[in-house]
Amino acid sequence: MSYIPHTAEDIQQMLSVIGVKSIDELFKDIPLGLRPKSFNLPASKSEFQVTQTLHKLAAKNATGLVNFVGAGFYDHFIPAAVDALVSRSEFYTAYTPYQPECAQGWLQAIYEYQSIICELTGLDVSNASLYDGGTALFEAMMMALRHTGRNKIILDSGVNLIYRTMLYTYTLNLAIEFVEIPVVHGQSCREELFKYLDDQTAAVIFQNPNFFGAVDDYSDMVEQVHKFGALAIEVAYPVSLGMLKTPQEMGFDIAIGEGQSLGIPLSFGGPYLGFMAARSQLVRQMPGRIVGSTVDSDGRRGFVLTLQTREQHIRREKATSNICSNEALCALRAVVFISLLGREGFKELAEHNYQKAEFAKETLSRINGVQVKRSSPTFNEFTVLLPRHADEVVRRMIDKGFACGFPLGRFYQGLDNYLLIAVTEKRTKEEICRLADSLEAVL
Amino acid sequence: MRLIFEKHKEGRRGFSYGASDVAGAKPLAGKFCRATEARLPCLSELDVVRHFTNLSRLNFSVDTNFYPLGSCTMKYNPKFTERIAAFEGFSQLHPLLPQLSGGGMLAQGALEVLYESEKLFAEITGMSAFTLQPLAGAHGELTGVMLIAAYHQHQGLRRKYIIVADSSHGTNPASAAIAGYEVKVIPTGADGYLDLVQYKKHLNNEVAAVMLTCPDTLGIFNPRIKEIADMAHSVGALLYYDGANLNAMLGKCRPGDIGFDLVHINLHKTFATPHGGGGPGAGPVGVSQRLVEFLPISRVIRRLDATFALDYNYPKSIGYIAPFYGNFGVILKAYAYILALGKEGLIKAAEIAVLNANYCQARLKEYYDLPFDKRCMHECVFSASRQAKNGVHALDIAKYLIDQGYHPPTIYFPLIVQEALMIEPTETESKEALDAFIDTMIQIAELAKNNPSAVTQSPLNMPIKRLDEVRAARQPDLRWKP
Amino acid sequence: MNIPKNLFYTKDHEWARIEGKVAYIGITDYAAHSLGDITFVQLPKIGELLKQSAYCATVESVKAASDVYVPLSGKVLSVNTQLATNPELINQSAYEQGYFFSMEFSDAAEKAKLMDSASYQQYVEGLSK
Repeated sequence: MSYIPHTAEDIQQMLSVIGVKSIDELFKDIPLGLRPKSFNLPASKSEFQVTQTLHKLAAKNATGLVNFVGAGFYDHFIPAAVDALVSRSEFYTAYTPYQPECAQGWLQAIYEYQSIICELTGLDVSNASLYDGGTALFEAMMMALRHTGRNKIILDSGVNLIYRTMLYTYTLNLAIEFVEIPVVHGQSCREELFKYLDDQTAAVIFQNPNFFGAVDDYSDMVEQVHKFGALAIEVAYPVSLGMLKTPQEMGFDIAIGEGQSLGIPLSFGGPYLGFMAARSQLVRQMPGRIVGSTVDSDGRRGFVLTLQTREQHIRREKATSNICSNEALCALRAVVFISLLGREGFKELAEHNYQKAEFAKETLSRINGVQVKRSSPTFNEFTVLLPRHADEVVRRMIDKGFACGFPLGRFYQGLDNYLLIAVTEKRTKEEICRLADSLEAVL
Repeated sequence: MRLIFEKHKEGRRGFSYGASDVAGAKPLAGKFCRATEARLPCLSELDVVRHFTNLSRLNFSVDTNFYPLGSCTMKYNPKFTERIAAFEGFSQLHPLLPQLSGGGMLAQGALEVLYESEKLFAEITGMSAFTLQPLAGAHGELTGVMLIAAYHQHQGLRRKYIIVADSSHGTNPASAAIAGYEVKVIPTGADGYLDLVQYKKHLNNEVAAVMLTCPDTLGIFNPRIKEIADMAHSVGALLYYDGANLNAMLGKCRPGDIGFDLVHINLHKTFATPHGGGGPGAGPVGVSQRLVEFLPISRVIRRLDATFALDYNYPKSIGYIAPFYGNFGVILKAYAYILALGKEGLIKAAEIAVLNANYCQARLKEYYDLPFDKRCMHECVFSASRQAKNGVHALDIAKYLIDQGYHPPTIYFPLIVQEALMIEPTETESKEALDAFIDTMIQIAELAKNNPSAVTQSPLNMPIKRLDEVRAARQPDLRWKP
Repeated sequence: MNIPKNLFYTKDHEWARIEGKVAYIGITDYAAHSLGDITFVQLPKIGELLKQSAYCATVESVKAASDVYVPLSGKVLSVNTQLATNPELINQSAYEQGYFFSMEFSDAAEKAKLMDSASYQQYVEGLSK
């Protein structure tokens, strides 16, 4: 398959305008000694052949499992209109809106996205998106380090281990001191936080609901964090913000998170959406693109990329971040998704998730030997203690057609018998009851 | 157009989850619940569909307009790859499935795509191994710099500097700085090549790496690239290849054969995945043999029984740079594209991309200054200095082109060219499309000479005129408020 | 080009106006003009100790950001808070209302390293050739 429109005659005419005899001549600056030692690639295939090949590969992946795995990445329903609208190629074959006059559609959509992220989190400003929740957390941490001029980070161990591991990887060559504070009975440990909090602390990072699914009110801890002049960062789950106390209400300075749950398919790990919102005082420390509203020479409203002096293409090694392209198309999914749901639909989504998870807790707690952890309230994900190794239970449940949860032993030592179960609005009462029956059978 | 919030009407619904089949659980205690409602718009589904459909029509895109945005490789994005990415077996797959006990067999197709893509990228670039985790080109650069740091740390050496060219993408120095390095900038000489005298002067055993773009951002292939590489290696520095401009090199030259230790490739450029209005892209990183052990985990391996698995057993790995396996949906599209083009198709893509750029350069060099008159590769860089003398700047030319239905070239980059116009036509544009664009550029050059104000008023045919960017920056209005 | 006589200048286009033990610091008309419409200024903190030629502020236009280096060593006494909401004052009145901050300078001998208005005028003319 080829997408090249040139006829042999076109090529000849063009070569003669250039003043060379052959295409090879155009490459004469590449010394012969630097020509590829090999370029052993398969021969071209037709669109039909490639589609068939990949269709077969897709069929090798499990699609029929009833999914109760979350752990930060959730199986939510995506209305058809989301797919239809983001499939408009005027959106997906454009690039970063450097030239505002021919990109008003994109710029307005991003401005609306920023507004929606501000509404969800309660905070003042949002950027145009980041790669994913983990890289967004790294960027938030870097903002705090710059803003405070300090180098100590306190991490709650209820923050997704994947993200904590990412922070450690990103800072291997930087002098940053990390302290992790434990989670006790699913909740962040106040005493431990206060023990380590000092005037060298740049930021404290919490996740709500935390990795175990526990919901907390962090207001008291955030207040203490501020007393030491440090920033408080929340890793938030956007769907939960249809119900839970907002980062702003708890006093957080920066909220970041994974936006996948806002109309973005699971797609085996990406592309996803990192969102970030902050208090307005921090806007000049923010990474990435930001869209602003302004007027044209006739006074009409229009949108532009703004505050660009923060960015790498202008500030180079002094930029707030190295980020260039972000995840605009995923941000578009989020703004379309939220627009469709509207204020009431968004609350309803949160309510359904909460209700279904509560029903699942109730149902599973009736199984002999299964202990549903109830020390903290939860949103749509919760922890259960099983009478045997969770890995074994998960394996057996796969045979019964369920991805029944995420075994916590993979991320936390000593929690081998614990299982993290997510229940989204997509799970039906019947599926939850079957989950319980099957679980009872395999235990 | 009105904002979506301004179309709100109380009582409208665009989507409903229906009645829940379970209900009646005790509500969450008030102290955990939000007290302030999110002020989200209430609209019908048609309201939303019409709003975003009409917004889409306010954009130039590859599918609607010629888009010669230099350094961004805005080639045609084949449609069939979208259909493949939407296959349920890919789009609905939870990334944690293969990490469950016994779950590896549930994602064999996806793991195979990753494994085979890595192999293809390695062969295309001549590198030993790849990580597909980086989520964009700049993210690939940052990953590369972290690998560089890990390599030197394991050698027991602390090196302070990373060298970049003054013509480099801003992401190069920014990535180096974010990962904890100081940046040294080497100027471009009068001949358009890296100034080797300055380069030699700055190279020493405190340099961790040299980051180069090849062909560079002027679109030029430096015939002395091997010498530059060898000099870096002679002081123990690693060599990083910014693969933003790889499109011209397919089957013509491989970074691995030159001696580069690291390379990132932009799948949304060279491998035709859609740019999506500014992402998602993907920026896989390839490395030479001595860096393989530091690559991020997890890695995909092929077992003796021909099944695929995730492997975490790399004690020197830098760790996780993304939560999972990269932007899988993007990698999948690039994989399908490479399979469709095959060896000959990729080589032809490079050849025609270079032919198109040289054709633009040849036809326009009479009308615009060419700061470095050399054979170009995938793009050509002109200067509008001649036009600027009459008050027609690169920005004015860009706005006039918009009026004529062309997305402008990249302007004011690279920074070393005054009034830069960076034109990258790509291989998927026909001779007719190029001729029409070139004729418009010639017309602008004539106007700049005879009637400059006919250019500087642009755009006049768009829904809006030039926007007040100063006001946007002085009084930031970054969100809707009621 | 406005280059007042009684000020001291640097090659990076900063100026210092000396009034007793206090120096007022800003950027020149030439610098403000080259940057274009100024959109934002990052000023030092009151009480901050600065060394001659060290970074002290950042000035930004829409598409450029420039670091500003302090002409003299000393301690920052006050900053021009007007600039937070009206950065255009730097374009309109670089030497008066558009000053950046005042400082108590510590070493009068450092003045020797600065240019007077005539030398600066010559310097700027050399740049535009």
